[in-house]
Amino acid sequence: MNSLRRGGFTSITIGVLWSLVIATTVAICLSFATGESFKPTLWGSLAFGFCVGILAMICKPLQPVRRWLLAGAVALVAVLLVFSPLTPIIAGEEVAAVQLSVCALIFGLALYLPLQNMLQEVQIGPLTRHAFEDAIIRFLTGFGYIVFTAAVLIPFYVMVMTSLKSQQALLQNPLDFSIDFSRGWDLFRSYVELFQQFNFGNYLMVSLLVSIVTVIITLLFSVPGAYAVARLNFKGRAAFSRSILLIYMVPLIVLALPIYIAFSMTGLRNTITGIVLIYPVTTIPVALYMLQGYFRGLPVEVEEAGLMDGLTRLQVIWKITLPLSLPAMVSVSLYVFMIAWNEFLLAFMLLDDPSKFTLTRGVAMLNSSEIPRQHLMAGAVISTLPIMALFLGLERFMTKGLTAGSVKG
Amino acid sequence: MTAATPPKTRGALAKREARFAWTLLLPTISVVSLVIILPLLAIFWISFKPVALSDLRPVQVIVKENLRGKGEEIRLEYRVRNSSQQKPIAAASFRDVIPDDLELLEIPASCALTGRALNCDFGDMVGGFSERLKISVVLNTDVKSAKLAIKNSAPLVMGSGDNILTNTEFRLDNFRRIFDSSEFLEVLWATVFYTVVGTIGALVVGLFAALLLNKDFKGKGILRGLYLFPYVSPVIAVAFTWIALFDPFSGSINALLIQMGVTNGAINFFGERPLALLMVTVFEIWRYFPLSFLFILARMQSIDTDMYEAADMDGASPFQKFWYLSLPLLLGILSVLFLLRFIWTFNKFDDIFLLTGGNAGTRTMTVNVYEQAFAISNIGAGAAVAVVIFAVLLSFSFLFLRYISQEEGL
Repeated sequence: MNSLRRGGFTSITIGVLWSLVIATTVAICLSFATGESFKPTLWGSLAFGFCVGILAMICKPLQPVRRWLLAGAVALVAVLLVFSPLTPIIAGEEVAAVQLSVCALIFGLALYLPLQNMLQEVQIGPLTRHAFEDAIIRFLTGFGYIVFTAAVLIPFYVMVMTSLKSQQALLQNPLDFSIDFSRGWDLFRSYVELFQQFNFGNYLMVSLLVSIVTVIITLLFSVPGAYAVARLNFKGRAAFSRSILLIYMVPLIVLALPIYIAFSMTGLRNTITGIVLIYPVTTIPVALYMLQGYFRGLPVEVEEAGLMDGLTRLQVIWKITLPLSLPAMVSVSLYVFMIAWNEFLLAFMLLDDPSKFTLTRGVAMLNSSEIPRQHLMAGAVISTLPIMALFLGLERFMTKGLTAGSVKG
Repeated sequence: MTAATPPKTRGALAKREARFAWTLLLPTISVVSLVIILPLLAIFWISFKPVALSDLRPVQVIVKENLRGKGEEIRLEYRVRNSSQQKPIAAASFRDVIPDDLELLEIPASCALTGRALNCDFGDMVGGFSERLKISVVLNTDVKSAKLAIKNSAPLVMGSGDNILTNTEFRLDNFRRIFDSSEFLEVLWATVFYTVVGTIGALVVGLFAALLLNKDFKGKGILRGLYLFPYVSPVIAVAFTWIALFDPFSGSINALLIQMGVTNGAINFFGERPLALLMVTVFEIWRYFPLSFLFILARMQSIDTDMYEAADMDGASPFQKFWYLSLPLLLGILSVLFLLRFIWTFNKFDDIFLLTGGNAGTRTMTVNVYEQAFAISNIGAGAAVAVVIFAVLLSFSFLFLRYISQEEGL
């Protein structure tokens, strides 16, 4: 280990690896952005990373101006290199020289600037363990940001992008991730068709209604239950609070079968009533578990004071506990709303009649070979957008709800 | 004087409190038992019975009544049949009131006419029974009104068919079937792989993500929100997006791999063994790492920074700090998360169902329930798989409750 912990080895290794990462990233990004063909070369990026790694170790400009000058020089070398045999990135024949130069410029900057930062404590000769590990951690961090962001962003971007394209354009070049804004409103044709021909406006309303009713019923049942478990003394309290946890570990698919049979026999299948009856039952245990945790955290003294002043228990709950736990109620409501909105299995099994679909069931209907792909993706966007908006708008509550209740998957 | 002792019985106040608690709990308990306990019992009951999807409709006698023929030769026809091809119906009969609009000229052997009521008895009707009773009639009115009158007097059907759901015959066929088949090992392997790799993967990836964001920088909030996207959005939306992305013909990933020269031909990611199982597991990791990330980040931020400062003074390197300080402190939340995620990954159905439909070696136990019950229409076998799942789960939960009691003091 000690022999490896030297400035030269560290900076070259990190430089080479980072160069590979950046070359691949830039090539993929530009492929997606332009639809043209770009690809990284192994030896070209290795060699360039080798040199830039050493450069970053030796030259440590202190002023920002000098650092930028150096970065510009590196980028310029990269631009010159792409037209030589030892290019780090090669492009298809149809790519213009200007485009390739821009590509190389981005590559050079994205290679040098973070590398400078990663290797800031690395000098020639033996390194302290601290400096060595710091450099490695900085490299891994940079790598992590790229990988995680790409892994999360690409699917969502593809979802939106596909919904805005035509079937032809999709099949012609699957790599072209650009959106043709010159089409104007025509971009949203899939959406218009979904709302006009596929009744999606109706599904949106049904989903909204079902989710809101589910939230209300869930709260009505779980608030008293949670209060009892959190505050009142009775025999079997511990057993009860454990069985809540147990119950919400029962997989839905196990219950779906008898529920399907029972609903077929009673005529509740294919009705919104049936869905509204069954959804809250899947969410009540979670909500109860989340709320009782919160109620326990509230100071008992406030409630006792209320009792002393002559309030009944119900009045205490209504006038003291509930107002105090308003943030928790918002979190729980959001979480339950999310579960109901995203629910797929029960809607899929219990609803067959297209006039009564929820949004998720409607999107599932679009998954057929006769319906173009962009309609399916437009449906996916329509079902994702409201929950995203809710999530981004109320992130604080949502995150809290997720952490408190997400024992559920 | 006797020493004062605390009362042995529970006081009126305590009793009242307990009563109040049960009142508050009653709605929840009743609803939950109705929709969770009852179906669970039903699943146990069904799993011991050879029930097919078609058996859900009860076996019964079906009688269709019609007026046929022209002019003088008009017949009243009863088409009588058993709704089931296999199962007999005991004491099958029907009774129909003949409207005043027509007079019967003859009476079939199996029937008897009392007043205007026609009683026809078929005794024990075998499976697949079908017969036409043709009775010549004279009309008192025109054909149209006679037809209407016949339509208005529907025959009353009697007879008891054996309902497989309610009889007391139990068999182990379903269990024998699911354990015997060669599929069983495959299902078991897919379940174990998906659950273990999916759980550990999501935990490790979540830990990395948490390490990335456990520092202050601009745009941290945005990144944190972004990393939660996969978990928050509807499974149906992201699953279809993945299918589109990895599509062998129009998928971007395949096009990219071909262009980069990694492969020559398109790869059918969700249709090939063993790649499909790996892909659904990767999807599971991608979709649920935000959860472990959120938990672990919350725990990390509650760790006292003094400790790290002390470690810095002692000359600990970053990896040493992670290994000897952070990791032991995170061990509690990591193991709770592991158990919870393990159970939930084991329970997961939607993801695999949407991605592959259980094909190409990705049929886990939960998907097998659906496959048996609805694709093969063997509800009994589906229920048997569900019972196995429940049994496995119960043992997990036992472990879990023992552990979480220590961790969270529940």
